[in-house]
Amino acid sequence: MVAGKKSGLTWAVHISVAALVLLWLFPTVGLFVSSFRTADQISSSGWWAALFPSEQNEVYRTADPDTRVADGDMFTVSGNIFESNPRDIRSWGVSSRDVSAYKPGDTADMGDGESLTLQADGAYVWRGTDEQISGRGQRVFVTATVPPEFTLDNYATILFSGTGQDNMGKAFFNTLTVTIPATIIPIVIAAFAAYALAWMEFPGRALLIAAVVALLVVPLQLALIPLLRLHLAVGIGKGYMGVWLAHTAFGMPLAVYLLRNYMVGLPRDIIENAKVDGATDFQIFTRIILPLSFPALASFAIFQFLWTWNDLLVAKVFLIDATGSTTVMTNQIVELLGTRGGNWEILATAAFVSIAVPLLVFFAMQRYLVRGLLAGSVK
Amino acid sequence: MTSLSLKNVSKSYGTVEVLRNINLEIEAGELIVFVGPSGCGKSTLLRMIAGLEKITGGTLEIDGMVVNDVPPAQRGIAMVFQSYALYPHMTVYDNMAFALKLAGKSREEIDKAVRAAADRLQLTQYLDRLPKALSGGQRQRVAIGRSIVRDPKVFLFDEPLSNLDAALRVATRIEIAQLKESMPESTMVYVTHDQVEAMTLASRIVVLHGGNVEQFGAPLDLYERPANTFVAQFIGSPAMNLIEAKVTATGATTSVQMADGGHADVPVASESGDSGATVKLGVRPEDLTVTDSDDFLVSAQVELVEALGETTVLYFMSRNGEPALIAKLPGIHRIEKGTTIRLTAAPKKLHLFDSAGKSFLYR
Repeated sequence: MVAGKKSGLTWAVHISVAALVLLWLFPTVGLFVSSFRTADQISSSGWWAALFPSEQNEVYRTADPDTRVADGDMFTVSGNIFESNPRDIRSWGVSSRDVSAYKPGDTADMGDGESLTLQADGAYVWRGTDEQISGRGQRVFVTATVPPEFTLDNYATILFSGTGQDNMGKAFFNTLTVTIPATIIPIVIAAFAAYALAWMEFPGRALLIAAVVALLVVPLQLALIPLLRLHLAVGIGKGYMGVWLAHTAFGMPLAVYLLRNYMVGLPRDIIENAKVDGATDFQIFTRIILPLSFPALASFAIFQFLWTWNDLLVAKVFLIDATGSTTVMTNQIVELLGTRGGNWEILATAAFVSIAVPLLVFFAMQRYLVRGLLAGSVK
Repeated sequence: MTSLSLKNVSKSYGTVEVLRNINLEIEAGELIVFVGPSGCGKSTLLRMIAGLEKITGGTLEIDGMVVNDVPPAQRGIAMVFQSYALYPHMTVYDNMAFALKLAGKSREEIDKAVRAAADRLQLTQYLDRLPKALSGGQRQRVAIGRSIVRDPKVFLFDEPLSNLDAALRVATRIEIAQLKESMPESTMVYVTHDQVEAMTLASRIVVLHGGNVEQFGAPLDLYERPANTFVAQFIGSPAMNLIEAKVTATGATTSVQMADGGHADVPVASESGDSGATVKLGVRPEDLTVTDSDDFLVSAQVELVEALGETTVLYFMSRNGEPALIAKLPGIHRIEKGTTIRLTAAPKKLHLFDSAGKSFLYR
């Protein structure tokens, strides 16, 4: 593009980007907002309404006539209809047929001298004869503006409640137990392999690289059953060891491929200089290649972390047994869908708990993600 | 004492031979420059000495020991790369200390060696910096410092100045010359394609071309007594003029006759068998002078005049397909474009080459 001139396509690009961002953002923000609302709020209005004050109709009752005070030949009951949380009253009424007949400060004439005065702050005076001020308190229908209201109760339920069914705390730590070794082990192995494939001369190197690339196209679903049979046969069975090995194996081709491509792009002179300086291959790897490959290592770590964190299939096959004590978060959410299918507030909270860590990782390391993605391809 | 000795060294990739039977005896304390056009194999030869390329034929000796199969670190060499090849994640200090750390030297010993080298190269105040915070010239000095701390028998430089700008190149070239001066006992091998670097730095120059050594000798020897037309034209700028001529008389002085009537008596011996042979008469542009007499070397029509003040460079029309002549006259000359002038040169500045391009001096 000529400098200073903007192509019409630039706008198309900007609009597409904005559309994609919104597409991604809407459900996430919705989930986030919903996780702070009660079941009633979710069923009565959409999550976007929760962000703004809303008008609600509420019914209150004045104090019992027992508390009446004589005022000449009449009696009055006075007080405030809002006991704890005050509202901003828009209009009010004394009959369910017309709930917004009066403005704040007006006096409602209820016939035969009976009257009720309601101020904007909820203070009222109910006035009438002995007969009229008796029985139960007078009903007051109020149309009021309610400020946004959020609650942490859902998080308390999900994270700290005692019932095993809703509590994701254990599943959260189980997921961490799967994810951290399943990220570190393949990186360590792949870094060694990538160095050898990039910088060590040995017969069959090109064939090995081709094999690694070929493995990239094998879908992992194909290997689930044979691999599980193998695990059972060698006695690993179902458990953390099995799921670590499975994640390592499935992540390895991409890891080797990405890291080799990055390492092969490092300047040859630096490595030859290290050789002249007397470094062995192992020293070149640990002292020169590893520090210089940090962006590529970080970007693969993010990939592998996100993918093992969000994984359900591999965990179901290799980890989760009948006792359910090793369940991971993704699996727990699936189960919640069955047991608490109607409780959207619980589901939204569970979902947000599960994406919170990936979001954190993404925002903390996103510059490595972008740099690392380009690393292998463009150099 | 011979420090570096190459005997019939050759290199081939499969069936492609890139270096043939290189024989060089390099004395301790010499600064040898490998020079040649790109692709002549000079860098490959240096890398073979360093141990980064396998030697496919012949033997390489360093300090009297055959090192063909010795890994680079044990050859007692240090190499400065064209790209400097500094470790980008290490400070200047760590860059210079790296080799010594690998060799398992004590902390005090490393510190002493690094500080001494840094002091010598005026790098002391930059020791804590990363390479990216240094200028090109400073990086170059770090690369040199890294080789000095190892105290090698042979220093190898692979085009160390080609990444620097013109002014810095001159300054660093002088620094390298001073460095060599201060370490008279160390041997240096220096690869370049820049003949100015070669002429100014070298105690002896190796001219490489097409995988062969064309000539090996002191800089001014190469200038005054080139062994063949390649060396004659490679050393010196502008390149030496080669004029086709016929031998008319042989003996201790050889007389030649040019097609356009010019003639010359060259004080170079020839045999009677050479009589009538077609030869090349070589004369450097700076040796040509303008003359009015009938005793001239060539007469040609001026095509272009470059007046530089200090010198005046004349480009002549090319005649019958021969490469055009160039003359470089000292001072200012008012010569019009298109005039035909006669040129001559002192007889002892003339060179004779046979039809194969070999100098009569080396037959």
